[in-house]
Amino acid sequence: MNRQLAIGLGLSGFFILLALVSLVWTPFDHTSLDIPGKLQLPGSAHLLGTDHLGRDILSMVMVGARTSVAVALVALVIGLSFGVPLGLAAAARRGSWLDQTIMRGNDIVFAFPLLVMAILITAVFGPSAVNAIIAFGIFNIPVFARVTRGAALPLWEREFIMAARVAGKGPARISLEHILPNVTNMLIVQGTIQFALGIQVEAALSFVGLGVQPPTPSLGRMLADAQTLVTLAPHLAIVPGLAIILIVLGLNLAGDGLRDQLDPRLRRHRV
Amino acid sequence: MLRYILKRSGSLVLSLAVASLIIFAVTEIAPGDPASFMLGLNAQPETLAALRTELGLDVPKIQRYFSWVGGMLTGDFGTSYTYRTQVSEMVADRIAVSIPLAVYALTLSVIIAIPAGLFAASRRGGAGDTGVMAATQLGVAVPNFWFAMMLVLVFAIHWSWFPAGGFPGWDKGFGTALRALTLPAIALALPQAAILTRVMRSALLDVLGEDFMRTARAKGLSPRQALWRHGLRNAFIPVLTVIGLQFSFLFAGTIIIEQVFYLPGLGRLIFQSISARDLIVVESVVMLVVFGVIMINFLVDLAYAAIDPRLRTRA
Repeated sequence: MNRQLAIGLGLSGFFILLALVSLVWTPFDHTSLDIPGKLQLPGSAHLLGTDHLGRDILSMVMVGARTSVAVALVALVIGLSFGVPLGLAAAARRGSWLDQTIMRGNDIVFAFPLLVMAILITAVFGPSAVNAIIAFGIFNIPVFARVTRGAALPLWEREFIMAARVAGKGPARISLEHILPNVTNMLIVQGTIQFALGIQVEAALSFVGLGVQPPTPSLGRMLADAQTLVTLAPHLAIVPGLAIILIVLGLNLAGDGLRDQLDPRLRRHRV
Repeated sequence: MLRYILKRSGSLVLSLAVASLIIFAVTEIAPGDPASFMLGLNAQPETLAALRTELGLDVPKIQRYFSWVGGMLTGDFGTSYTYRTQVSEMVADRIAVSIPLAVYALTLSVIIAIPAGLFAASRRGGAGDTGVMAATQLGVAVPNFWFAMMLVLVFAIHWSWFPAGGFPGWDKGFGTALRALTLPAIALALPQAAILTRVMRSALLDVLGEDFMRTARAKGLSPRQALWRHGLRNAFIPVLTVIGLQFSFLFAGTIIIEQVFYLPGLGRLIFQSISARDLIVVESVVMLVVFGVIMINFLVDLAYAAIDPRLRTRA
């Protein structure tokens, strides 16, 4: 395992673990208010301090990370489960009307800036975590369709695919049995990148009030709450911000590391 | 080239048409009737019907779509449900904030990224390269709105070098207005500069390995001369594409940053309209932003084809 991958997995793994632990245990109840004990700085009682309502920030970061990870993960699954079959189909029927339609459709989704699309969806259907997931999920579909198609196209020219065709396998079966296993590496790498992007998008949408709604904490919502109090208690903004940065940094490093690890050409190149 | 322009224009028109259909369809299926939202729960049916006629809500959907698109083509973006003013007037004021902000941020991004990428590529594998690459990893991971809050904390509140928010307007003088946009532009530029630095570095590294660079060295140019005369020009092709793409990112990114700095740009207009359920404004402004993005991508493609003739045959 290369160094980037190790650091990346360590960082992102740590926060995902924190998020999972929050399912069974947090230092304090993240919803319990303690107004007299509000805006405490990080200390022994509250490791990362308390917010403007006296809630324990560490507990909120743990639960918030859980929300953010869940939003990003579900959007990722949406993107994969629609994008990959589309990409495989487009590659199997290269140049056909199916391929053309899929790729032009992708271009149009790409023309909508992610944020604008999310704003449009939440403006119409109301702000909620589910709508944020749908918006980012839709954005993920063309990303994965494109990556899958791009990786699958050269494979269709290879001998082992020719052999499978000679053996009488149809395009659907070849795509599933021979193409898909060979594009998985690319999908994993792209998946970590989209996962990281999902964390950032959730944060941005919740920050402007279009994502996760109170009382559910998310890292973006914590930053939104902190905005008016940042001069009074900077740690309210610094702590969740650093959490976002470290998760995203970890995932990006893991993605870069994985690409180097999984691509034998790059490995030889490096040595 | 002419054939390429025609072909590319065709797909431009198609993209715009489909985009407008999607935006119209999505806002059409929005729950709630704008007229009843404006008049409240106790509205009389006759008043409601009158308002619906006034707003043009009683004609068939297809007719509404065409009058919306036709209106936009002639600069008529409709009338705001809540303010009862022309959307185009509201937009004109806001664009005067959002576009300069995006341009300012793009300029900063380029000013930072080109030298940083050049520096990293010239010290490939060394400490300088590692340092720049580590900084770009961090830059990509930082949410721009969080960075904006930190900038306010340090440069507006602690040191008072820049205003913490608001926009005085361009009539208060260019310098004053620019000062108000400086922190937002820096916040917007940081992640983009990180990406552009990486692109600049890898484009240069690719070019340095090319045969024509070896030829340039073989005919007696110093490494520096070869880089300036032959390397940079070729490395700039991918960099220019990314700069074009970044402008559309920055344009959309202003929507969030404007919230942090209370800037009266398009982003704030969208959010105000969302909370007032003023969907005609949301519809038209979103279409305007998407139009901007599609146009920029179109121009980037044309510029790209002009620089590199090989691309004209593809597409």
